[in-house]
Amino acid sequence: MKYSIFSLARAALSGHKNWQPTWRDAAPKDRYDVVIIGGGGHGLATAWFLASEFGIRNVAVLEKGWIGSGNAGRNTTIIRSNYGLPGNTGFYELSMKLWERMEQDLNYNAMVSQRGVLNLYHSDAQRDAFARRGNTMRINGIDAELLDQAALRKMLPFLNFENARFPIQGGLLQRRGGTARHDAVVWGYAHAASALGVDIIQNCEVTGFTRDANGRVAGVETSRGEIGAGKVGMAVAGSSSRVAAMAGLRLPIESHVLQAFVSEAIKPLLPNVMTFGAGHFYVSQSDKGGLVFGGDIDGYNSYAQRGNLPVVEDVCEGGMALIPMIGRVRLLRQWGGIMDMSMDGTPIIDKSPVDGLYINAGWCYGGFKATPGSGFVFAHLLARDQSHKEAALFRLDRFQRGAMIDEKGQGAQPNLH
Amino acid sequence: MRITCPFCGERELGEFTYLGDAKPQRPSADAGEDAVYDYVYLRDNIAGVMSEHWYHGGGCRAWLKVTRNTLTHEISAVEAAAGAGAAKVGA
Repeated sequence: MKYSIFSLARAALSGHKNWQPTWRDAAPKDRYDVVIIGGGGHGLATAWFLASEFGIRNVAVLEKGWIGSGNAGRNTTIIRSNYGLPGNTGFYELSMKLWERMEQDLNYNAMVSQRGVLNLYHSDAQRDAFARRGNTMRINGIDAELLDQAALRKMLPFLNFENARFPIQGGLLQRRGGTARHDAVVWGYAHAASALGVDIIQNCEVTGFTRDANGRVAGVETSRGEIGAGKVGMAVAGSSSRVAAMAGLRLPIESHVLQAFVSEAIKPLLPNVMTFGAGHFYVSQSDKGGLVFGGDIDGYNSYAQRGNLPVVEDVCEGGMALIPMIGRVRLLRQWGGIMDMSMDGTPIIDKSPVDGLYINAGWCYGGFKATPGSGFVFAHLLARDQSHKEAALFRLDRFQRGAMIDEKGQGAQPNLH
Repeated sequence: MRITCPFCGERELGEFTYLGDAKPQRPSADAGEDAVYDYVYLRDNIAGVMSEHWYHGGGCRAWLKVTRNTLTHEISAVEAAAGAGAAKVGA
């Protein structure tokens, strides 16, 4: 069904009783040209781009739970392309451009809101580093503005500028950054992919790979039976190591828990996304009114989808240091998701050493903003057996070659990225 | 999650810093690049019971070997890591 003002008016006249499911909950067929493991944003976006851009429509997306039940439904919904290193800068801008046309492409309201992403700086050295990153963005055609304290005081008078330890000197603003409604992104890709013939199969957990005589992956074994596949792509975030292990692979990845938080709904307060530069705290306000925020990962390997109190305390301290007035807002909910933390903080989108198996992993805790870009370049790789030029550096063998893309400069310690 | 340090008793998580999987062993100096790559970058990333190194920086400053389930966060054993200075003092 096509959504428009007319379909809305028609549905309103019939008392909203005739809405149809927006995507088809399919049963598995025997064989597909491409099987995508993981029905999150990345997997569904990959399937949609395969069908819409690359003409491959005999595609299945397998999801062990329900679509969007993993990190796609657990993030803080921020979109941005303010990266400084070659490899990242171009890729995230490709993704940003796809966000800007996503709703028209998918015919689905994903509530993409370019309200701006502001990174605050608190020292001369941090200002210089931000100026450099902003310049890198601008020479690559990405918008960035370095604001001083006077400009910020006009924009956000409630910030704690006079914090004795971390006074706010200014910020790097990307106005095209912002937020999107994470569940609607999942449903939108499911809606558009399903309309092009992609089978979305839920409650279908992959339990192993089948191989042909040459050792090439020929399909997957699942909780709903064996499914043949010309190619298999995995986009399973925190479960990447577990799925890769079924094919006998070890990855440069650790799974860690990241917590996110939402407050009770309050009147409009925060006009954009902002981040505290002297700790780790990022916050925006949802259209429903809740403050959506988060900070560091807990720092230890976990598959538990829940975290511990020291990080809750650290995140709330960050919030209080930045915006003291939120101290009386009550926390509504808090949850955890499992991040596929790579050894250099950068994703891997590449063929695996096993013929027929393709890897999309290592998103650390920045996967949501990458959703459309990741889907596009992964579909490109699956369709053409060749990396897209904006993902050409996201290779699995870069650790062996010493070609890491380490945006934070932390080295091979995943819990620090 | 609370960790029972063999020297200090049960303490809250904030006192500890995580290093990671205790299984990888530093290869010998002449082991070659593949062995070093494996040690530095590749991980089993176990979903289940895992042996790992933690540092008790907010207490006795000993390195500890903790046996913990990554699916449930349940800790089944804590002992001093081999070679930890404080372990020798405590022994």
